[in-house]
Amino acid sequence: MIATYNNADRTRRAVSAVMTSLTALCTLLAVSALLIILSYIAWRGIGSLSFQFLTDVPRPVGEGGGIGNAIVGSLVLLLISSVIGLPVGISVGVYLSEVGRGRFTDGVRFIVDTLTGIPSIVTGVFVYAILVLPMKHFSALSGGVALALIMVPIVARTTEEMLKLVPHSMREGALALGAPQWRVTLGVVIPAAAPGIATGAMLAIARISGETAPLLFTAFGSRFFPSSLNEPIASLTVQIYNYAISPYDEWHAQAWAATLVLMTLVLGINIIVRFLTRKKF
Amino acid sequence: MSAVTVGQSSHWRRVLSPTGNTGDVVFRILMLLAALLMVGIVVAKAIALSADSMLSLRQFGFGFLTSQQWNPIKGEFGALPFVYGTVASSLIALLISVPFSLGISIFLVEQAPYYIARPVGFLVELLAAIPSVVYGLWGIFVLAPVLRQYVEPALARWLGWLPFFRGTITGIGLLTGGIILAIMVTPIISAVVRDVLAAVPGSQREAALALGATKWEMIRVVLVNGAPGIAGAVILGLGRALGETMAVTMVIGNRPEISFSLFEPSYTIASAIANEFTEATGDLYLSALVELGLILFLVTFIVNGIARLLVWNVTRNTGGVGRAA
Repeated sequence: MIATYNNADRTRRAVSAVMTSLTALCTLLAVSALLIILSYIAWRGIGSLSFQFLTDVPRPVGEGGGIGNAIVGSLVLLLISSVIGLPVGISVGVYLSEVGRGRFTDGVRFIVDTLTGIPSIVTGVFVYAILVLPMKHFSALSGGVALALIMVPIVARTTEEMLKLVPHSMREGALALGAPQWRVTLGVVIPAAAPGIATGAMLAIARISGETAPLLFTAFGSRFFPSSLNEPIASLTVQIYNYAISPYDEWHAQAWAATLVLMTLVLGINIIVRFLTRKKF
Repeated sequence: MSAVTVGQSSHWRRVLSPTGNTGDVVFRILMLLAALLMVGIVVAKAIALSADSMLSLRQFGFGFLTSQQWNPIKGEFGALPFVYGTVASSLIALLISVPFSLGISIFLVEQAPYYIARPVGFLVELLAAIPSVVYGLWGIFVLAPVLRQYVEPALARWLGWLPFFRGTITGIGLLTGGIILAIMVTPIISAVVRDVLAAVPGSQREAALALGATKWEMIRVVLVNGAPGIAGAVILGLGRALGETMAVTMVIGNRPEISFSLFEPSYTIASAIANEFTEATGDLYLSALVELGLILFLVTFIVNGIARLLVWNVTRNTGGVGRAA
């Protein structure tokens, strides 16, 4: 199409071209920030990584030491929080999608959404108040509860979204065959949504495995391998924090190596989930 | 939405019905208990935090928020420096991240073809997956030195006539905290804005283009349509920035003083709790820190509540699925 443009048209087109390029630039910068941060972690972390580092306990400056107890501690904390958080979170999701209706359910959904935005440090203070103070000591259990509290709303909302993707005809079919609602939900609807629910659970685990603030005064930290859930326990994140703010170069190097381990776990989960769900959503 | 269509009025009777299938009654009550637990957690948080900060609430009353003196040795606890640091660092973060987030969302929703938008969108979302403590570590050893050597001297030279860009250049302070926060909230804001833009009906775009609008003019129409949702996304980012703890604690300098210079160390509510909680000696000290937690809880609860309502109103009607947690 041939047309003559006056100056105003030319300006409008120029503005459009500039602004749309700027949006691409914003995106490019955000992606660059990610790549810069990740590659820097890999570069700084890989140097201090060794079998001994991954299996040893922390030692005084100059004597090496490792993060073996922190890795085990983080896994124990994730296990406790998953055992508590996943069943509760999935149940809330089932309530929101399958059982509840009306204003009360909208209210619960609103509260669950709002809970995901409450700072994790507040959850730490809360668990300190209800568990650590009465028990009079820091413990792996209270750390796990704090992480579970953060996990539940995330799992609940993803579970609800996934259950809502299950076609109504499946529920109707099962109900028409005479199955009671609990069997329809447990036997038909949840299995149909299981991959999605598992995805949500994995993302929630990835999220809480990076949490530090709620562990500072619940799980606290430890220099030894865990022996009881009733004692303070080490975690990767708290270890990274303590080493990062220390004045020693050796500990800084260990903080980078521990970060590389943590990021492998967190990004690994995120990428696996993305890979598994790439065709569905 | 379940398949069984039952009116609102009979809902409670259905959930608690003693005459229905026993398995159903047990099942519904169990699920209801889980839902009630969510409400219970919010109530329990409010009660537990209020109870444990009673000492400080009684001692200082409203003056807690207006006093600048935070001196645990003398038993003086005023939260104003923390409130200032929290608000200032969050505002810096929003100032930087809102234009970026809008740009990213516009690019991904309105411009990029599908095969670019999906992987790039995933990469931006990955920024939100990086743990706070990792941002803090990166902030201490990469961002702070860069700011100290290049950015802050340049700002002091060109913009030093403003009170914000004066003072000792250390690389650790309000500006560093704000920039780290900006990187952290950008993926959160842009994820929600993407949902909001995607929920704007295609007919709006077609109408604008049909009237001869350029691409950018069409995008402005879409932005106006999604304005309440975008506001919600920004407020959601604000809520995250207000409560962000580890990364800020590691780069903001942790000094309870109010200074208008962005180069000077500051202190936020969350970092005060993180830093001082385990060291708090004495009941009043601990109680004052719990009160900080109570303030943070109430403020973020309200902020997040407002944000959710705004985002819901835009995306719910069109069936948009809230992607951001």
